[in-house]
Amino acid sequence: MSNDQGAIRCLVAKVGLDGHDRGAHVVARAFRDAGFEVIYSGLHKAPDEIVQAAVQEDVDVLGISILSGAHDTLVPKVMNGLEEYDAKSDTLVLVGGVIPEEDRDDLYDEGVAAIFGPGTSIEETVEFVRTNAPER
Amino acid sequence: MNSDDDALLEDLLAGKYRALARVISKIEDRSTGYRELVSELYAHTGGADVIGITGSPGAGKSTLVDKLAETYRERGETVGIVAIDPSSPFTGGAVLGDRIRMASTVGDMDVFVRSMSARGTLGGLSTATADAVKAMDAFGKDKIIIETVGAGQNEIDVVRTADTVAVLVPPGSGDEIQTLKAGILEIADVFVVNKADRDGADRTVQELREMISLDDGGQGHGSDPSGHHGPGTGVGHGTDTDSSTAVDDGTVEEWTPPIVETIATTGDGIDALVDELSAHRTYLVESGERATKARNRYAEEIRTLLREDVHAILEDELERAGGTDELADAVRRGETDPYTIADELLDPVERCLEELDVEGSGEP
Repeated sequence: MSNDQGAIRCLVAKVGLDGHDRGAHVVARAFRDAGFEVIYSGLHKAPDEIVQAAVQEDVDVLGISILSGAHDTLVPKVMNGLEEYDAKSDTLVLVGGVIPEEDRDDLYDEGVAAIFGPGTSIEETVEFVRTNAPER
Repeated sequence: MNSDDDALLEDLLAGKYRALARVISKIEDRSTGYRELVSELYAHTGGADVIGITGSPGAGKSTLVDKLAETYRERGETVGIVAIDPSSPFTGGAVLGDRIRMASTVGDMDVFVRSMSARGTLGGLSTATADAVKAMDAFGKDKIIIETVGAGQNEIDVVRTADTVAVLVPPGSGDEIQTLKAGILEIADVFVVNKADRDGADRTVQELREMISLDDGGQGHGSDPSGHHGPGTGVGHGTDTDSSTAVDDGTVEEWTPPIVETIATTGDGIDALVDELSAHRTYLVESGERATKARNRYAEEIRTLLREDVHAILEDELERAGGTDELADAVRRGETDPYTIADELLDPVERCLEELDVEGSGEP
């Protein structure tokens, strides 16, 4: 007998040398209030640590917050790590923060599903997750 | 079991992290087929020591668990951690923050940390936790640590799924220790006074010691000033029997919870804690208590499963009867009462059981 009680699980991650976590906190709270289970990584995590957490926690959604400008090196490292554990194809990866327009296509090519820059509404982000969280 | 689950089980037993993570998700979600999966896991379990860590919020549980995991890893053992956080009863959402404190073991996949929220009802959390522990056990973890806030029956049920339970008491709890008495005292196999460098730590140790000796029926077990009294220091018997050995008649002396002082942030006292945990394990095995505990635990698991199943059947029945709204409204209008309704709804089930009884008694 089973009754599916699946909740959407998200990892909200701060990666690299970047101490600005207000945005990550706001998103974590909003996700919680939307009924998601949110795992928050804490500050200054290496890509490996993010991958480890994402795999072990079996999250549906990985939200990476980067305001340091190092997205072009950090995000690919995370994506490669997910690939290594066969987790890339069914994890919805979002990037939040200040990402210049010209860098965005590269991130999409890496497998990032969406990029949310400054000014994005919380509702929009939550709705995107609800619509696009992978079916398992 | 379908072929996907077969493959999943195979991968888990082969040591693939992703498969273990996915199996635990299935357990948490109670997704289709999870029961068969867990049934299959049982055959591969029994190898792990399961340790429960509980204590009030801010007692330092996550930091202590982190250091424990690090110590076990240094000794060459693999570790699984199930960290449980409360979820909102309103939205079901949760922020699971225990990972933040687990910094000593990052980059080491042999420490498998899984955060779980307290979703589900009616003992569902303890079932899900016990099943997640089964999955980690079958995966081959040597030590499995369950970490939970020690508040409420739900959490107490959770730590009871462990072989050994350590209760964290922050210094200066003062009267709080009095409130610990109900429920927490009974489940503690080891007391940990964490943040032992803070003011009031000595007093807290003293108070705990008094409480333990009272609980002992005043046999004097708790009078050892060193704060270390493992299984049977023999104080109350006036003999000099070596600690942790059996008394003369060959039976193992009853376990008295030792008090360990730790400073989790620096790692002070962690080795002593590891020793006490392993001493308790030895005691469990030698006294036969481990078998008794396992039996009680399985009995409880069977009961919980049955309760959930019957509950689900009744929910369906209730749905067929038109749901609770109409019935509740009838109570509100004063036409009937909840007891009558429950009786009426259960009546067909009871009659079915009686008929079975009649048929059954006809057999030789």
